[in-house]
Order: sequence, then structure tokens, then C-alpha cells
Amino acid sequence: MELDNTMLARILTSLTLGFHIIFAALGVGIPVMISVAEWLGIRKKDPAYTLMARRWSKGFTVTVAVGVVTGTCIGLQLSLLWPTFMKIAGEAIALPLFLETFAFFFEAIFLGIYLYTWNRFKNPYIHWAFSIPVILGSTASAFFIMTVNAFMNAPQGFNLVNGAIVDIQPLVAMFNPATPSKAGHMILSSYATSAYVLAAIAAFQLLTGKKHSYYRKALNLTLTLAFLFSIGTAVWGDIAGKYLAEYQPAKLAAAEWHFETKPQAELVFGGVLDKETQEVKHAIEIPYVLSILAGGSPDYEVIGLNDIPKEYWPPLFIHYLFDGMAAIGMYMAAIPVLYWLFTRIRREQGAPRLLLRGIVIAAPLAMLAIELGWIFSEIGRQPWILVGYMKTAHAATTADNVGEMLILFSALYLFLGIVSSFVLTRMFKNKPAEAELPAIPVEK
Amino acid sequence: MTLELLGITVLWIFLYGYIIVASIDFGAGFFSFYCRIKKEDHIVNGIIERYLSPVWEVTNVFLIFFVVGLVGFFPNTAYYYGTALLVPGSIALVLLSLRGSFYAFAHYGARDSLLYQFIYGVTGLFIPASLATVLTISEGGYIEQKGENVNLMLDKLLTSPYSWAVVFLAIVSVLFISASFLTYYADKARDVQATKLLRSYAIMWSLPTIFASFMVFLSIRTHNPYHFENMLNNSWMFLASFGCFLIALAVLFKQRNYGVGFVFVMLQFAFAFFGYGKSHLPYLLYPYITIENSVTSPQMGVALVIAFIAGLLLLVPSLILLMRLFLFDTKYVQGVPTKK
Repeated sequence: MELDNTMLARILTSLTLGFHIIFAALGVGIPVMISVAEWLGIRKKDPAYTLMARRWSKGFTVTVAVGVVTGTCIGLQLSLLWPTFMKIAGEAIALPLFLETFAFFFEAIFLGIYLYTWNRFKNPYIHWAFSIPVILGSTASAFFIMTVNAFMNAPQGFNLVNGAIVDIQPLVAMFNPATPSKAGHMILSSYATSAYVLAAIAAFQLLTGKKHSYYRKALNLTLTLAFLFSIGTAVWGDIAGKYLAEYQPAKLAAAEWHFETKPQAELVFGGVLDKETQEVKHAIEIPYVLSILAGGSPDYEVIGLNDIPKEYWPPLFIHYLFDGMAAIGMYMAAIPVLYWLFTRIRREQGAPRLLLRGIVIAAPLAMLAIELGWIFSEIGRQPWILVGYMKTAHAATTADNVGEMLILFSALYLFLGIVSSFVLTRMFKNKPAEAELPAIPVEK
Repeated sequence: MTLELLGITVLWIFLYGYIIVASIDFGAGFFSFYCRIKKEDHIVNGIIERYLSPVWEVTNVFLIFFVVGLVGFFPNTAYYYGTALLVPGSIALVLLSLRGSFYAFAHYGARDSLLYQFIYGVTGLFIPASLATVLTISEGGYIEQKGENVNLMLDKLLTSPYSWAVVFLAIVSVLFISASFLTYYADKARDVQATKLLRSYAIMWSLPTIFASFMVFLSIRTHNPYHFENMLNNSWMFLASFGCFLIALAVLFKQRNYGVGFVFVMLQFAFAFFGYGKSHLPYLLYPYITIENSVTSPQMGVALVIAFIAGLLLLVPSLILLMRLFLFDTKYVQGVPTKK
């Protein structure tokens, strides 16, 4: 690996995005959870849910702050690190970038209102209603930014004349073939991950011996939402697979170590690859599944890597990223089912400790799955920055000091990560929910 | 009006919006640090926090909006400014990030730490100084192009009297705008002590502001005669700006109608800022980029303008709602819990 400007710019961009996405995913998902909890609180007249919404939104302000500042970083780094790319493609993605900032603006305004108007209105539904524009804004901004990334994967809606992009059709560029699968999968996985983060907090409290009904209610609610959104993410993953088979076969083939073009292709999970002989050892192979995933039928012919010029192959290690993401996804869908089964059987004691531990682990795993999915998706389109049009190596800045900037931002993210975790823990440690909710009876 | 002129006008309006809201925020950070040292922080902290809490995130968006819009409308700016500003831009980003996140952290205990207030207060002055450098660079003379490479001549920037005049103007303007607004806000909250203190800050920073403006005006003359010529052609705007300044100062001395006073401060900066912007045209970066190097696809241009208008239709009512709830709601401003 040569540490030239392109490589350094790639590392810095992935560092910023990798850090930002943790907070961005929470920023998209947590408002949904808060809104549902507040609505349940009003409807059921149960202060436990209202308190949930309040406590979650308190913590949310910290994560949203880090999300905003790291989002500002990546927004400007696009031009600072990839000036050539922005000069050529900037115009084609101008509309969605613009709409994204509008959506973000909209969210920022109503988030301010939502956070600071608790108790200000006699009708509690008025305050709850302010959470709707927050959800709309955050989800819309995720959608718009995903169309930008989708455009880089499936560029269309323009002509290339002498190295310049002209005759842009903004809507065609925005609603490219990659947009539906990318946006839907990302938004749903953000919801699912956020639900798991909140579920993990409740499960952790129960593990430490807290008995208050607040925590059980929080766990039931968040796990229900986590289940729904995890299933949604998985179903949408199927749409994403079909998109890849049709438009980016190199990415799918590299993810599956699929070399020969053939129907009735098998899904390969795990294993070790011998690059010379293209033989896969120690893998779990499930017949027909790749064809079904790619084309909806066992007879679907999946294009193999050998039909693609080797210079356009993505790195083959993305197979493990894909597997990791898919395995965690299944784990996320299975855990709530186990939870229901156990709580039905053991009505008295609730879920066993092992299962509670499994829920606590699910939160970092879900976050890991988002990271893996993203790295898979981004590395999977290398060597291209604009698939089919512009190579990454031709897009990076020519300025010096990219290395120093990498160190500078690494220090910044390290600092922000430590301080935000510290603040979040301290915020709730000395102020348990039951102290804020003395009126609710304690369960045996 | 051509499309590119419309584009840069809207962007300039957003940049102006950022200057006002960000100045209030940056200045507030500095004042609360300064009052802390003088042990007067209890007087102003309530006022500052009540105003900033609901709006700090909105402040950030104005800046992002400007940058995204500029790059979208004028892709060449991404190339020149992006390449040249890697280091100063990154440093400004780190400062912005520290400050932005600190504001949220502060709610939960960090506020009492002197170190925290120091960082919060000082970054509040460094950020406008570093952002103002971009305006300096736009005058030309600090960027050289050799073949494909664009270079920022940092030593030239750091030794130029013009660039220091701009930095000085940025800092004192921030303090003046912020103090004038907070005086109005404190007065509305009927907080006599805070009003008195903040009013003294506003008066204190008024003279340096106008002095720095003249300095910048004069140093442009030697640095970029072309621009200076243009400014003279629009001199009525700068005179109007000065007039508004005098009215604002008179209001501060008369000790009432601070709201009107702040409107005149806003007008003072609006005239100066738009006068500066207007005379800067057609150049976005002298002499490399003009507004003619804008979007090449008419369809994208039209789409952007539609998005602008649709976005404004959404934003303006929302902003008005935000202001009604937190700026013009007397009970909120006074810190009284309200139920409607």
C-alpha cells in the first residue's frame, strides 16, 4: 500500500465517514423511537413512556451534536480532499446535496423546538407533533445523501464531453437504479440499530439488578421496534442484492467469490479462498440461494468475476465484510423472537440473563454491521469513484499535508468519541429512571 | 437577472444570515468566558443559555448551506478553494467541531469548568478569524496556479496587512453584533443588570468595528485596485452602512428601543456586506473564477432555483415559528415556565 495523496485522502474520508455514520444512524433512528414512546405515553396515560421519550431525547442531544459537527466535516472534506471530483461531478450531485441541507435545516429547527418545549403546551399532542418534522427531516436527509452515493455507484442522467459533465437531468441522476435499494436499506438499518442501542441500555439496567417496570417496558417496546426494522432491513437487503446482480455484478461476485457465470449459483458463507485456483475451502455453501437472491429464481444466471476484466475487480476480502453484515442481520432478527418465547414461558422471572446479555451485545454488533455494510459497499466499487467514468486515483487533492490533516482529524474524533461517551454515561449514571418516576409501583 | 447572479445573490443572503446568527453565538461564548474571569458570569449566563440552546444547531446549517450551494452552483470553486484551503479549512473545521459539540456537552456538567469556557470563548474568536480568511483569499494574490497545481501562499497571507485588517474586522464585528443583540434580549427579559453590562460591551466594541471597517476599505485600495474602484461606484451602500451604525449607536446611548437598535446593526452589516459582495462581482476568486463559470446545464440550474424557492417556503415559516417560540415569547425569554 502506497501512502500517496489518494490513499491518504481515502483513509481520511473513510475515517470521517466511519465515525460520522455512528452518530448519523442514531440521528435518523432515535427520533422515531422517541416519537413512538411519547405517543404511547400520551395514549396509554403511562408516565413511564413519557419519561422514556424525555430521557432518550436528553441523550440524543449529545449524539446529535457530534453528528452535526462530523457531518459538517464530511460536507466540507468532499471539496477539500476531492476537489477534482467535485469540479467534475459537483454539478450533477448539486440538487440532492442541496435538498439534503434543506432537510437538515428543517430538522434542526424542529429539533430545537421539540427539545425545549416540553411542558409548554396544554395539549400534549402538540408537543408530540413537533417530533414528526424531526423524523421527516432526518429521514429525508438520509434519503437525499443516499441518492448522492447511489449516483456514484450508478451514474446516469448526463453526457460526458471532453472530461466535463454536461446536459444533466437532475431527477434522472437522483433517481438512479441504486437509489431505492441503498436508501431503503440504510434508513431501515438505522432504525433497527437505534432500537437496539436503546434496547441494550434497558437490558443492561435489568442485568445490573434494576427491577423497576420502566426498564421492562422500555425493553419490550424497543425490541418490538428492533424486530420490525431488522426484518425490514433484511427484506430490503434482498432488493439490494437484485440491484447488484443487474447493475454492479462485479461487487456481488466479489462479495460471494463467485467466479464462473452460471445459473443455480450457491451462496458461499465464510471460508478461505485460494486465489490461484479460485477454490473456496471450509465454507458453508447453500445451493441455489445466490441465484434466488440475485434474480428471484434458482435458474437465474449470476455473472461471475471471470467475465469481468481483472483490472475492474474489487478487492476479494469484501466477502468477509458482506458475510459479517449478513450474519449480524440474522442475529438481529432472531434475538427478539427468542425474547418473546422466553418471556411467554417464564412469565415470572422475565428473560434469562444470557438473553439479556445477547441483547446488550446486539447494539455494538448492529453498529458494526452498518460499518461493515458501508465498507463493503464503498470498497466494492473500487477502483471507481464514479463507476464507469472516473477512477478514484484521479480525484484526490494535489495539495500537500493530507497526512498531517489525517492525524489532526484522528485526534479530533478520538477526543469527541471519548468525551461524548463520558458525558452520556455521566448524564444517566447518577440519575436512574426510578428516581425521576417515583409514582410508578415497583414490580416484584 | 441571470441564473448565476440569482444563485450568488441567494448564497450571499445565506452567508449574511450565517454572519449574524454565528456572530451572536461566537460573541456570546466569548462574553460568558470574559464575565467568568471577572466573576460576573451569573449576570449574563441565564440570558445567553436561554437564547443559544434552541438555535445553535440552526447556526451550523447556514454555513453548510452556503458551502454546498456554492459548490453546486459554481463547481470551479470546489477545485480552487478546495485545493488551496486544505490546511486552513481543516483547522477551521476542527475548531467548529470542538465548539459545536462542546455546546451540547456543556449542558451536562462541563459548563462550570474554566478550561471548557476558555476553549468555548477563544474558539469563538478564532473561527470567525479563520473563516474571514476565505474572503481575503477571494481578493486574489494569495493563490498561485502552476499547471494543474493550485497553491495557497501562506507566508504571503500571513504577512499581508490587508488580511490582518480583515481578521481584526471579523473579531470586533462579532463582538459588536453579539453584544447589541444580547442587550436587546436581556432588556426583553427585563434583566436590568445584564442589560447594563451587555450594553456597555456593545458601546465598547462599536468604535473598533467602524475603525476596522475603514482599515479594510483603505487596504483594499492597495491590494486590489479593481475591487476598490468598484466599491467607490457603490459608495452609497457604504455610506448607508455608516448611517445605520450611527443610528444604532445613538439608540444604545439613549438606553431604550434596543430592538430597533439591533435592526440598525443588522442593516449596517447588510449594507456593508452586500456592497462588498456587489463590488466583488463578477469575480468569485480574483482573477481565476467569475460567476460566469457556473452551472453548465440549464436543467440543473432551474432545478436548483426551484429547490431554493421550495426550500425557502419551508424554512421561512419554520424559522418564524422558532423565533416566536424562543425569541419573541416574553415568558420564555424571562425564563418563566410557560403553559399554553
